[in-house]
Amino acid sequence: MGGREATMVLMDENGKRCDGRTVDEPRRIMIKAGGLKNADGSSYIEFGDNKILVGVFGPRDVHPKHMSNTDTGILRVRYHMEPFSVGERKNPAPSRREIEISKVIKEALEPAVMLEKFPRTAVDVFIEVLQADGGTRCAALTAASVALADAGIPMRDMVAAIAAGKVADTVILDVNNEEDQAGQADMPIGYMPNLEKITLLQLDGVLTPEEYKKCIQVGVDGCKLVYELQKKALNDKYFGNKGD
Amino acid sequence: MTSSTVIDELKKNQILELLEQGKRVDGRALDEAREISIETNAIPKANGSARVRLGDTEVVCGVKIQPDRPFPDTGDKGLFICTAELLPLSHPTVETGPPGPEVIELARVVDRGIRESHMIDVSQLVIEKDKSVIGVFADNVVVDYDGNLFDACSYAATAALLSSKSPKWNWVDDAPALVEGEEVSVPITTIPVSVTMGKIGKHIIVDPNGDEWASMDARITITTDSNGNICALQKGGDDGFTLDEIVQCGEISVRVGTKIREKLKAAQQGGQ
Repeated sequence: MGGREATMVLMDENGKRCDGRTVDEPRRIMIKAGGLKNADGSSYIEFGDNKILVGVFGPRDVHPKHMSNTDTGILRVRYHMEPFSVGERKNPAPSRREIEISKVIKEALEPAVMLEKFPRTAVDVFIEVLQADGGTRCAALTAASVALADAGIPMRDMVAAIAAGKVADTVILDVNNEEDQAGQADMPIGYMPNLEKITLLQLDGVLTPEEYKKCIQVGVDGCKLVYELQKKALNDKYFGNKGD
Repeated sequence: MTSSTVIDELKKNQILELLEQGKRVDGRALDEAREISIETNAIPKANGSARVRLGDTEVVCGVKIQPDRPFPDTGDKGLFICTAELLPLSHPTVETGPPGPEVIELARVVDRGIRESHMIDVSQLVIEKDKSVIGVFADNVVVDYDGNLFDACSYAATAALLSSKSPKWNWVDDAPALVEGEEVSVPITTIPVSVTMGKIGKHIIVDPNGDEWASMDARITITTDSNGNICALQKGGDDGFTLDEIVQCGEISVRVGTKIREKLKAAQQGGQ
């Protein structure tokens, strides 16, 4: 936060980034559907050095009762970081940042989930960040979509997410922690490839109007890559390797 | 809080029906913001202040400038912190108590827009490196609610910062010492302007009023700086945008933002 020094070499003369990736290369992504016994649906994602676990419960009774809606089901999302997930110990109580991220992830998932089929119920999504390394909200949103599908909840599409950004005056895909801290812009994007809708979009950092357009395009293309991995994770669980 | 305004389905349908004919409930063009009135130096005890009305939404922002300890990892930079709060007198549904997710998001989005534009050059706010820096705190309070608090708070904070005069401190005997009777200007590099757009059906509208806000499917807030660059963005609401819509919103935010920036500049000159 705030520490945007230009001292670190984020891109060398060959166009290689600080972790050796090219400009449009995402980090290593591994998604696993299922894994938790008690949750109705679950998933685990490793996105670079991010390690995130998601559990989904529901549709189930709403507590407290006054939150229930007679017309539709409700979606509740809690994004939470473990105290040991970051460099310096994080206070386990939910921070303002976590409350905001919970809200944007909820709003990003809402258009994908057919909640109107389950009036008076709640679907709870619990996101636990075990290790954080830049881009947790995108990785969490990606994993949450898989966990909802794993729970068998009717969906219109899955939301795939990845960040685009700008370092060393170049538009890049998948911003890592160093690039987020020292780079020029970070734009997390959540996208439903089948419905062609952007459901999560944030930006901090300065972009010219041309870079802005390019960032969105790069991000949306990146989401399509992530989407294939989400489908593969579900395929692997439910159809073995036959589904490939 | 802001999304819980009760609006009957009839009103919602009427808003959508009008939009299908290219009209809005209050007669504005789709890309027209409401009337903005800005009164700077409304709170003389603050180092800078502004009272902003955006239609019937009213926000008061006060800026306090005081010495503070720097963050451990940024000892060569001063602090800039912007907050926002909904007062119980602003709407019948607002209750006292800790802020909910909507208000937390509001404060963070307003803060981010100004911070990411680098409006305040925090590197000039250092009294003694690693020991003492100047903190600039812009606190917004919403006193009347009629939708679009994001822009109202952003304009209030920006206008208040533009009107601010900072006291001066020297480093004496290992402590900051106030230099009596001297005021310096706050290091301003650019004027950020946020433009919030709502999506109702397939229509994009600028600066939704309270009724429109309650009928929105999704919203997007885009902040631009004086060079016409985009420096912060937040999408919200329970629906999505297409790629074309996002690009269109970017263009609207630059165009509308330019007009509003002139008003902020005029208010700064008028207040001095």
